[in-house]
Amino acid sequence: MDKHTLSVLVENAPGVLTRVAGLFARRGFNIDSLAVGRTDRDDVSRMTIVVEGDKPLIEQVTKQLHKLIDVIKISNITDDEYVDRELVMIKVAAEPGQRVEIMHMAGIFRARVVDLGRKTMTFECTGNEGKINAFEESLRPYGIKELVRTGKIAMLRGSKFVALSGGALARELEGD
Amino acid sequence: MRPVAELSGGVFVEMTVAEALVECLERENVEVVFGYPGGAILPVYDALYHSTKIKHVLVRHEQGAVHAADGYARVTGGVGVCIATSGPGATNLVTGIANAYMDSVPLVLFTGQVPTMQIGTDSFQEVDITGITMPITKHNYLLKDPQKLPVVVKNAFHIASTGRPGPVLIDIPKDVAQARISFKYPTTVRLRGYRPTYKGHPAKIIEIAKLIAKARRPVIYAGGGILASNASEELLKFAEAITAPVTNTFMGLAGFPGDHPLFLGMLGLHGTRYANLAITECDLLIGLGARFDDRVVMNINDFAPHATVVHIDIDPAEIGKVIATHVPLVGDVKLILKALLPLIEKTDRSEWLARIKSLKAEYPLSYNRDGGLKPQFIIEQLWNCTRGEAIIVTDVGQHQMWVAQYYHFKKPRTLVSSGGLGCMGFGLPASIGACFGAPASNVILVTGDGSIQMTMQELGTMMEQGLSVKIIIMNNSTLGMVRQLQQYYCQGRYMAVNFSFHPDFEILAKAYGMAGYTFRTEEDVVKGLPEALRKPGPAIINCIVPSEENVLPMVLAGKGISEAIDCG
Repeated sequence: MDKHTLSVLVENAPGVLTRVAGLFARRGFNIDSLAVGRTDRDDVSRMTIVVEGDKPLIEQVTKQLHKLIDVIKISNITDDEYVDRELVMIKVAAEPGQRVEIMHMAGIFRARVVDLGRKTMTFECTGNEGKINAFEESLRPYGIKELVRTGKIAMLRGSKFVALSGGALARELEGD
Repeated sequence: MRPVAELSGGVFVEMTVAEALVECLERENVEVVFGYPGGAILPVYDALYHSTKIKHVLVRHEQGAVHAADGYARVTGGVGVCIATSGPGATNLVTGIANAYMDSVPLVLFTGQVPTMQIGTDSFQEVDITGITMPITKHNYLLKDPQKLPVVVKNAFHIASTGRPGPVLIDIPKDVAQARISFKYPTTVRLRGYRPTYKGHPAKIIEIAKLIAKARRPVIYAGGGILASNASEELLKFAEAITAPVTNTFMGLAGFPGDHPLFLGMLGLHGTRYANLAITECDLLIGLGARFDDRVVMNINDFAPHATVVHIDIDPAEIGKVIATHVPLVGDVKLILKALLPLIEKTDRSEWLARIKSLKAEYPLSYNRDGGLKPQFIIEQLWNCTRGEAIIVTDVGQHQMWVAQYYHFKKPRTLVSSGGLGCMGFGLPASIGACFGAPASNVILVTGDGSIQMTMQELGTMMEQGLSVKIIIMNNSTLGMVRQLQQYYCQGRYMAVNFSFHPDFEILAKAYGMAGYTFRTEEDVVKGLPEALRKPGPAIINCIVPSEENVLPMVLAGKGISEAIDCG
């Protein structure tokens, strides 16, 4: 089962997230991660959805998503060259004696300290999924108190982009 | 008096949102709305009071309103409109909305909502109806900005009636309905996320024409999309041009003339043996506006095992959803058939037609006439009396399948029935809507003793509106379809299917001021049915039929459609 990354432009309208999440739930599709935020235009949001499944399933996900009136454009960027990032914040147990060691290790991942407690340190780290996973694993032995990930966001490399203009879905699916 | 809306010069006129809503409905040429008033929807009803163009039909339960709007939409091909209040008014619509969604029926539904400030506080008669109906509407709106009402209504009618049709709900908080706006009805629709594809891809159309030319045993499998796109005429021409037999899904019935030599009847679970066997033997299956529903396909491995599958549908999501398609084509089936017709080459298919003829002769639809008044016999007599010149509304259950098997529909939109949802109780209110949609037609409801009792209160609506529905009840004192399932799958352990009490339906008819009949024998029907149907005014025709009769043929669970069991 492959992971697919969908870059989805939606109306920045109330209830859009519910519509998308509801669709995934009732059709039995699994969302691996979902990140949403507005684009450079106030009226358009972008969802980066990572979904696991074989080709027919991804095709069905795409078609069903497209039936939502508030969904403007869907691009499956999985097979294109793209840059993806995720942000994680990890609060890790850190006795004063361990701090230098932990910071040294965090440096390898270019993670930054964003907060300090009496017995904890909080790091932020960005990168692709693999790097974030590796960072998490390296902190685990010290005792992770809390962890928050944003979910993946992605963008095509080079001068290609996922923007509002573009052919109708039907044409894309039939392979014009 | 309600102010006249903006003049052609673009002068805006101030009015309340409720008044603007009525104005919008008039502009959409809505002639009738089905509804039930209440507190939160009060402003809208107050505005309706002033409308001279829109007739409001007061039902007895909101489910009746939505089914009636649905029946109206099915016979007219237009949009059915329905109004209900917040809370229970809105939730009572839910079954009917799901029904319309499953069968792709265009509806626009308005619900009242508690005032904006009270939303989310669990206030009296508050329910999140946009949240509840999200999975069963094509789209829905919670109107928060009063100024957007005209655009939202315009969009709703557009979305409901174009592409693959479906229900759209607009929820209007009471304070929004009372707010004043300057009214201007938009002339165009701008929806960047909604652009249905109508014209079929030319290269695919050529590819399909080539496949047809090569095919030796083609079958056309036509669904409700034929009716939705008004493509019955094109389907007939197409079938005759390629000399291919046509089978209808339940939703597709009346989309192809039932007495045509190329017609195979309905396929699937209770389809004719010859339709199912033709599917099994075909080398080219042309799916038109159909969705390969589980009651059609049954066991996927046994469905059209030798066929190249062409699937033409306006909804891209239906293509490849159930079975792998060799040639997918997205678009409006009417336009595509029109484009295909000139590309068809005359091919000799006498061998295949002879095979179809022998299948029909070998496996005809049949039932055993011994043992009382059989429902199949009644449907045959109904056909004799009407010859397809009537609108047949059904409920859900055995009687519905017998109608599908034994009534030969002649013209499109003469069958009104709940297909996808299989919603008992649909029939009576839908027949009320059908009367408004086709006032010149005879509307006949075929129902069961179970179904009719689910929405029987709408007899009051029917009488109040002076409608003449002839209601034929196949009264077997049991929930026949469920009993049949229990016979086959629960080894005859009949649980909660037999009614030990029934009202006397003939007396019930009298209580409502209708004619009432009870038929117990074939002779009663032969003598009494033509008379009962001919007599003006509504009637209940209570037919006492045996409770152990089964709908056959039947494909048992897990079996393929070629393996149906039959009587005898």
